[in-house]
Amino acid sequence: MQEKEKRRIKLKKISNSRVARVLLARKSVVACLIILAVMLIASVFAPFVAPYDPYKQDLVNMLKPMSFEHIFGTDSMGRDVLSRIIYGGRVSFTVGVVSVLLAGSVGMMLGLIAGMAGGIVDAVIMRIMDAMMSIPMIIMSLFLGSIFGKGLGNICLAIGISMIPSYARVTRGQVLTVREMDYVTAGTLCGASKIKNTISHILPNCVSSNIVLMTMNLGSAILNEAALSFLGMGINPPTASWGGMVNDGYKFMSSNPVIAIAPGIFIMVVVLCFNMVGDALRDALDPKLRGTLGKGKKKKIIKQAI
Amino acid sequence: MLEGMKKMEDKVLVEVKDLKKYFKTSKGMLHAVDGISFKIKKGKTLGVVGESGCGKSTLGRLLLHLHEATDGQIIYDNEDITKYNTKQMHEIRKKMQMIFQDPSASLDPRKSVRDLIGEPIKMYKAYKNKADYEQQVAQIMKIVGLSERYVDSYSHELDGGRRQRIGIGRALAMNPEFIVCDEPVSALDVSIQAQVLNLLMDLQEEKGLTYIFITHDLSVVKHISHEIAVMYLGQCVEYATTQELFRNPMHPYTQGLLDAVPVPSLGGKKLSTQIMRGELTSPIEPKPGCRFAARCPKARECCKGKDIPIKEVSPGHFVACTLFD
Repeated sequence: MQEKEKRRIKLKKISNSRVARVLLARKSVVACLIILAVMLIASVFAPFVAPYDPYKQDLVNMLKPMSFEHIFGTDSMGRDVLSRIIYGGRVSFTVGVVSVLLAGSVGMMLGLIAGMAGGIVDAVIMRIMDAMMSIPMIIMSLFLGSIFGKGLGNICLAIGISMIPSYARVTRGQVLTVREMDYVTAGTLCGASKIKNTISHILPNCVSSNIVLMTMNLGSAILNEAALSFLGMGINPPTASWGGMVNDGYKFMSSNPVIAIAPGIFIMVVVLCFNMVGDALRDALDPKLRGTLGKGKKKKIIKQAI
Repeated sequence: MLEGMKKMEDKVLVEVKDLKKYFKTSKGMLHAVDGISFKIKKGKTLGVVGESGCGKSTLGRLLLHLHEATDGQIIYDNEDITKYNTKQMHEIRKKMQMIFQDPSASLDPRKSVRDLIGEPIKMYKAYKNKADYEQQVAQIMKIVGLSERYVDSYSHELDGGRRQRIGIGRALAMNPEFIVCDEPVSALDVSIQAQVLNLLMDLQEEKGLTYIFITHDLSVVKHISHEIAVMYLGQCVEYATTQELFRNPMHPYTQGLLDAVPVPSLGGKKLSTQIMRGELTSPIEPKPGCRFAARCPKARECCKGKDIPIKEVSPGHFVACTLFD
């Protein structure tokens, strides 16, 4: 009897941490999480981590190649590239994550309302989204940037707003499929009101494609910030940001490519890591896909069985 | 005392009068359900049989207000619920529930068995605290024969029979009186069909449930129903007790349906059966007259031109056919 009780408790514990367990089953995901954590911590504690002051110009030592003193060399103002990358992480991480979360949450909400309400509400919301979509993202954020002005918060807002339509469209499409499913009808029969039904059945079944979209947009948000900064709408020049550094550095591509490539690699790694984590997160949140994550484990079990 | 019980048994729980449901399509009105009337006594099962597209699922959904009726009346427990609003339906759905055809489509893939079965309990706030909630879920799982260890599983991890048990559990959670079973065993394989049917019949016996059992499978309906209504293109063509219908099918369509059931026999071929030919005529703006006439081997001139009303041919046996005028 006691043993049975014990087993039951154990079972329950597993189910609670199921998502985390499945998420961490892939070694690549763990690696990505560690990389992201290291980068995040480094940029938060930049003053303690960075070897040099990222803003101190040293015109004698400008455009130095890679060396032990300056791992990624120095830029055209003689500033240490590594230090600037570490500080730049603050801007890039913030812009990427905040703008994507903003776009994702607002876009999903609009899509959900449009899909559920239908009729005029749907038409109005979606036509506005279509109009926003017809303007290229960079011009859209330029336009919004010129309204909101410079500054990190405004950049996030501008980039975020320009990405809203894609989320609204994806979500609306999903809602239209999911709302016709039998389990939504079953929810109504179980006494769920329209709003409760939307929250508990329709929304969770629409999230997965949005998560993928979010991880994809993260990279373009970081690059967009660079483009905005390049056009003079973004972060003010002395402040370091990865996108801005790529822009500053590409002029020296032939003579000193490290200046542009080093921050570029950081952008790439961060985007890649977010993609991997996002992909795994989507699978872990979907009970049907959970099985595919623990593949390594399964093989082991099959081997043992044989 | 005994007489009182007898009266209880004879009480009509659900009555439908001349129920109609038309859908608007680009080609005109689609007559999904066209003037159906029946009564279901408390504790009994009405089987509704018909081929795909004859409107039997629509009929079931109409009863639960998942579709708004175009015309006619639905009377539940002596109360006309046809014009009930959302709030009133919310209350009455405690008593009226539904079991769906495909359990894998009617169970939210993102919810565990606990959440699925507990959903009605949560929505109607029918629990005192968390322990009480857990206990109620466990109780329902026990009633429908689901082992307690599945409480944290997801529906796709279970086989079809267990999934349908979850569906039944959800329907039973609020202790309903009346359940619409919309082809509850059609998606299951035969061995599991029997399990689920037996479960439904046991529950009926225990709790005095009233069913309307929608299916295209005559062997299933024979097993579970007390009375049977045969539907063809939105209309009820024959209505009788199960025994009577199987012993003496009168409408040519019913005869055709019964002939189509394969009978295992050791005596070799027995192919005297006439298999119905042709397809359903379009349910969009149907012409007056018998809707089965185009496929009927016994169709005559008088079958066309005017609608054929359903008549009581022998006591308790209703048929809509000119052969019995």
